[in-house]
Parts: sequence; C-alpha cells; structure tokens
Amino acid sequence: MTDQSHPTRSPMSRFALVLLPLALILGAFVWIASLDPLRSFTNGAPPVEALTIERTVLDAGGIHLLARAGGSEPMIIAQIAVDDAFWTFTQDPAGPIDRGDTVWFNIPYPWVQGEAHLVNLLSNSGTGFEHEIAVALATPAFTAYQLRTQALVGAIVGLLPVALGLMFFPAMQGLGRTGMNFLLALTLGLLAFLLVDMTGEALELATTAAALFQGTAMVWLSGLASFLLLMSIGRWRGRPIGMALAFYIALGIGLHNFGEGLAIGAAFAAGSAGLGTFLVLGFALHNVTEGIGIAAPMLKSKPPLWSFPALTLLAGGPAILGLWLGSLAYAPQWTALALAIGAGAILQVIVEVGSYLLRQNPDNQSAMFSPAVIGGFLGGLGFMYATAALITI
Amino acid sequence: MEHDDNAPANTGRRAVLLGGLVAAGGAAVVARSALSQTAPDPMAGHDMAAMQADPYAAPMAGMAHGDMTTVGLVDHARNGFDPTAMLTDWYTGTTSILPDGRTLRTFQVDAKDKDIEIAPGIFFPAWTFNDRVPGPALRAKEGERLKIIFRNYGSHPHSMHFHGIHSARMDGVPGAGLINPGEEFIYEFDAKPFGCHLYHCHALPLKRHMHKGMYGMFVIDPDPDKHPTQAAVAKSRLLGTPENANWQELMMVMNAFDTNFDGGNEVYACNTVGQAYMNTPIRIDKSRPVRIYLLNVTEFDPINSFHLHANFFNYFDTGTTLVPTLTNVDLITQCQAQRGILEFSFADHEPGMYMFHPHQSEFTELGWVGMFDVQEPGV
Repeated sequence: MTDQSHPTRSPMSRFALVLLPLALILGAFVWIASLDPLRSFTNGAPPVEALTIERTVLDAGGIHLLARAGGSEPMIIAQIAVDDAFWTFTQDPAGPIDRGDTVWFNIPYPWVQGEAHLVNLLSNSGTGFEHEIAVALATPAFTAYQLRTQALVGAIVGLLPVALGLMFFPAMQGLGRTGMNFLLALTLGLLAFLLVDMTGEALELATTAAALFQGTAMVWLSGLASFLLLMSIGRWRGRPIGMALAFYIALGIGLHNFGEGLAIGAAFAAGSAGLGTFLVLGFALHNVTEGIGIAAPMLKSKPPLWSFPALTLLAGGPAILGLWLGSLAYAPQWTALALAIGAGAILQVIVEVGSYLLRQNPDNQSAMFSPAVIGGFLGGLGFMYATAALITI
Repeated sequence: MEHDDNAPANTGRRAVLLGGLVAAGGAAVVARSALSQTAPDPMAGHDMAAMQADPYAAPMAGMAHGDMTTVGLVDHARNGFDPTAMLTDWYTGTTSILPDGRTLRTFQVDAKDKDIEIAPGIFFPAWTFNDRVPGPALRAKEGERLKIIFRNYGSHPHSMHFHGIHSARMDGVPGAGLINPGEEFIYEFDAKPFGCHLYHCHALPLKRHMHKGMYGMFVIDPDPDKHPTQAAVAKSRLLGTPENANWQELMMVMNAFDTNFDGGNEVYACNTVGQAYMNTPIRIDKSRPVRIYLLNVTEFDPINSFHLHANFFNYFDTGTTLVPTLTNVDLITQCQAQRGILEFSFADHEPGMYMFHPHQSEFTELGWVGMFDVQEPGV
C-alpha cells in the first residue's frame, strides 16, 4: 500500500510543477541583479584581477604572449614592461578583456637568445602580472618540415616501442600459467605506474591553468568520468578478454601517449627544452613495455595479423597527434584534461586486466601473491620508474 | 594524413601574413625616411605608425626611445595638473605687511585623496596636497614671515613637515601639527635658510604617506640685501626681479609609484607622469640660461640621480649657497629628500633634442626620462 501512496501525475501537471520552481529561480536572479540587495557588502574593494599566460611565442618580431583574463570584471592591460623597461605593444583583439577571454600581446622587444626575460603586464589599477621566460629561444615556425620532424619524433617515442614490444608476442605464446601470471602482473605494474604518473602530471599542470578552469576538480572528475564511461562500454557485452582487452589497453596507452605528445610538442613550441637524442631514446625504451602489456591478454587467442598494426597505431599514433597539437595550440588546461582522461582509461584497463588475472587462477586465489605475480608487478613498476629517470628533467 | 593536407593551406596563410608584415614594415621604413629628411620633429617618436617593424633595428632620427616607451598618453586634464605647466607653476600665496614692516606670506594647502593617472592607463590612489602630485611648489623670500593654513580633507591624519628652520611646535610630526581628517592647523615660521627645500607629510607610517604623493617643493629665494657681496647672484635667484626673468627656471621632483604596494616601484617619473617630457619635450631658448630646482622624493630606492646629455652644469647642494658646491659635472645623485639647484646653458650648442635622465638605467626605462627641445630664441 505504501507504494500506492505516491500520487500519479499527468505529464502536463508534472511539466507545470517543474516550471514553477524554474520561474522562481529566474525571478530571484532578476531580483538580485536589479535591486542588488547585497549592496551593503560593497566595501569599495578594487575588482579581483587575474591573468594567466597560456602561450609564449618568440620570433623575429619580438615576444608574443597569449593571455587569459580571469578577473571579476573586464580587465585592462595599460602598460607592459619587459626586464624593467616600458615597451610598446599591441593587443589583439584590443579593448578590455572579459573574464575567460584570451588575447595576444605583441611586444617588439629584442629578446636575447639563450637568456632570461621577465615580462610585467600592468593593469589599469597598477597590478602587475609577471611572466618569466626562463630561456629565450625562437619558437619553431609552423612548417611542413616541422610537421614531418615532429611526426618522426612521435613515431620514435610512440609507434616504434609499441611495435617492438608486440614483437615479443610469438615468444610469449604457449607460456604456462606462471609465465602468464608474470606477464599480466608486469602489465599491471606498468599500468599502475602510468596511472600515478599521469595523475600527478595532470594535477601539476592544472595548477598552472587559469583559475576559472578549476584544474584540480577538472582532473579528478574527468578522470572519473572517463573511467566510468569506458567501464560501461567495455562491459556492454560481458567482460572484455583477449583481443578486446588488448584494444582497451591500447586505447588507454594511446591516451597516455597523446598527453605525453602534447607535453613534448609544447616544449618544442616554447623552445624550453632541447629534445636531444638521449631524451627520445629514453622515451622509446620507457614505452617498450607498453607493447608487451598490450600483447599479454591476447596470448591465448589467435589474433589476426591486421590487429598488430592496428594496436600499434591505436597505442602509439596519438603521440604524433599530440606532438602536432601541443606545438600548435598548447594550453595547460587542455593537456591536463587529456592526461586526466587518459588516467581514467588506464584505471579501466587496470580493473579489467586485474579481473582477467583473477579468472586465470580460479582454483587458487593465493596465486595473486605468488612470486610470479608480485615479482611481475614490482618488476613492471620498477622498470617504468627506472626508465622514467631517463626522461624526467 | 589530414594534417599534411592542412599544412600547405596553413603555410599559405602564413605567407600572406608575412607578406603583409613585410609590406607594413616597408611602409614604415618609407615613412621614417621621409621624416628623416626634415628636421627632427619632437613628436615623431610618438607616431604609432612609425613603430619599429623590426625590434632589432636601430631607431631612426626622432625616435630617441625606439620601442622603449609607454603606450598612449596621460589625460592631464582629467588629472587636473599638467607636468609641463608644473615646471614653472610657483605658488607664491598672498602677501600682507606686518606691523613691524616685514612681509607676511600666506599659503592655503588642503590634503585630499585622489586617483591620478601616473602613466598612460595606470591609475594610482594618491594622497595629495591641493589635488596634485607633487604638491604646490611654495616659493617665498628669505626673511619673510610664512603662514601655511593646512586643512585635512583626506581619509587619514596628515601633516606638513617643512625642511627649514622653525620651532618644535611647527614641525608637523605627531603631536605638533599632525591633524585628523576634517581638522585645520596653521604653521607659522620665518623663511630661512634660503635654498631649495621641500615639505612632506610626516604622519606614520612615513613610507606610505611619502610614496602616496604627499610631498612638494619649498623654495626660499635669497634676499639680495642680506648678501651684499653676491647681490647680483642673489638677484638672479629672486623671483620677480628682471635678473631672474632672464633665467629659464624649472621645478622638477623625482618621484616614483609602487602601484601594487609590494615595496618596489613600478613607475618612475619626474613630476609624477612617466615619460611626460619624452611625450612633450621641454622647450628651451638656447640664448637664456637654465636653472633647475631638483628634489628627490623617491621611496624604496636608496638614491636617484640626474644626468644631462651633451652638457655640464654647476650644482648648488640644497641651494643654501650662492657659489656652486660642485662645478662642471654632468651627473649628481640625491638620496630621499636631498635637493639642489642646477645651472647650465645651451648658448654654444646647436639646436636639437637633448636628453636628461637618472643614470640608474632601470629608472630611465621605467618612465623617468625626458628631453630638452633646444631652439634658437624666438622659434
């Protein structure tokens, strides 16, 4: 009987009942905006001003900064001093900068190759927003040659190691249960490292983004959303195993490589890092285990030959896309978002590989703590950590 | 592969942009070479069309500061004071004769809060004397009785502390003429010693009251009757005499503003407005001598200085002597509240733009720099 106590409503009356609170909300907003009942709190404080520099371009025409305003009111940048000298500049587009909008500041300043410069943007209230250029290097121009070079770097850090890792597939086939356990645990270890690494990197980048993006919340929430979405897609038709699981791992790793590509591309664009052969080789070595991880869940199935290039492209190709995008339109918040989505995807494959590993050992749950599994897991973590030292500057 | 398809389109767009830039640069070069064929125009440096297309190229004639400049111009009318007019704007008050035959000179000074534009587009919440920064340049004659009626219309307690000789009651420190908002105080003392002095608010914290703009020049001219052996020199210093009228006298206060209140200055200036005398050079008649009453009130930086280009000057530290304390120099330094008189001539120079600035390059590049536009008489 209690179930029946809820009155049933016609769609029309339900619609009307929704409209009423909506109208009240609208009315309240109009009332607050027009009558300003909070007037008494106005204490003559100056407006809050915030300015975040998202991109720096140095070329023969001087210094160019892409800035995003985040003030409580539209902001005016009145003067710019570079290295404690007022310098002429143009703003594109001109005029006050609305909250959340971006503008370019073009400063014809003769910057010096390899030296540091400090740009101070002064608002009309005299508030200074300082932007440091730690090492001034010309921003690579966007040319077909640059695109090709970046694609080559992307292929070396993304495609090559995954392809090489997948080549272990024939050797790994026909392994016994202990060998399988070791390989799956190794995969879990590598994924766990990527999850920690990506989350940390995303959170760090998020702090450099404009406040209105609420970087930290954005990272956690987009990571969670990506995890839940991929879980629900993955479990659409039962638990993913074999090739399907391999593709999910490849997707997660691909998103990770995309984020890594964005960061390298941005370093290219900012001229902040010389991308030496050592660094590129470090990335390649770091990523070799990714191929092994992708191959591990397929060992019991007979994957068609096309699946290997497809998996390589899915896992490694995004590094190239990331490099291009990162060098063209880098912004910390979008890189943080990409990394967070990648972290969610990595978490999904950790859950799936973990449950696959459990199902491999239905009779013996203690196999989870066998030397093969623990050794594989710690080995994966350790290898990733050690090789990360090569690429962390 | 779609990126490869995009690449030519992007390079194409870039080529167009680059072409436009080259064309604009070319136009600028043509415009500038046209300018250089005529006599340098003092305002040429502020022609935005002549902005350097290449930041690494040496600036052309008439662009002494190149791209190192503030952008735009300060609205002096809105500020209510103009740095050019300020150079020669002496406040001599009103006079009456006392029973003992001496002159009583009365000044009226009001403290007020006021937002002022210190560089194009940058506003500073100043505390002012008589609505201007620096405050009115008071000028009196040695031996006169001075009466300064001071009213505080500001939001904080203020005072006028004069550098001069007076009684403790008239010192403008807490308990001696430091008054609350809405109050009035009358400072009274004799004008001595003659020289180039200053007054400033001595309310605490002193640093904040100083750098908010509460200072001004206070000049006491020597009385020729009191210096018979140097009467001619004294007469040339005494405002209102024909000897003095021949001099081109300029009042300059070196100041700076900490716009974000972090204990360091963002804008440096002479008479408040950064780059004012770059945008409007000071016109000098080369046939007449120049005398500058110079005062440093810069807060936070230990010293300021004055360097004159292509010329040398005599310097009278604190202005309390009729013979120079330094002869034939082209640079002097002043700590805060130090001041003095500079005397020089452009009589033997060819007409042109002659720069002056402190030789702390940082101050120069943050606004404290100007030009003397030296011309033949009658131009």
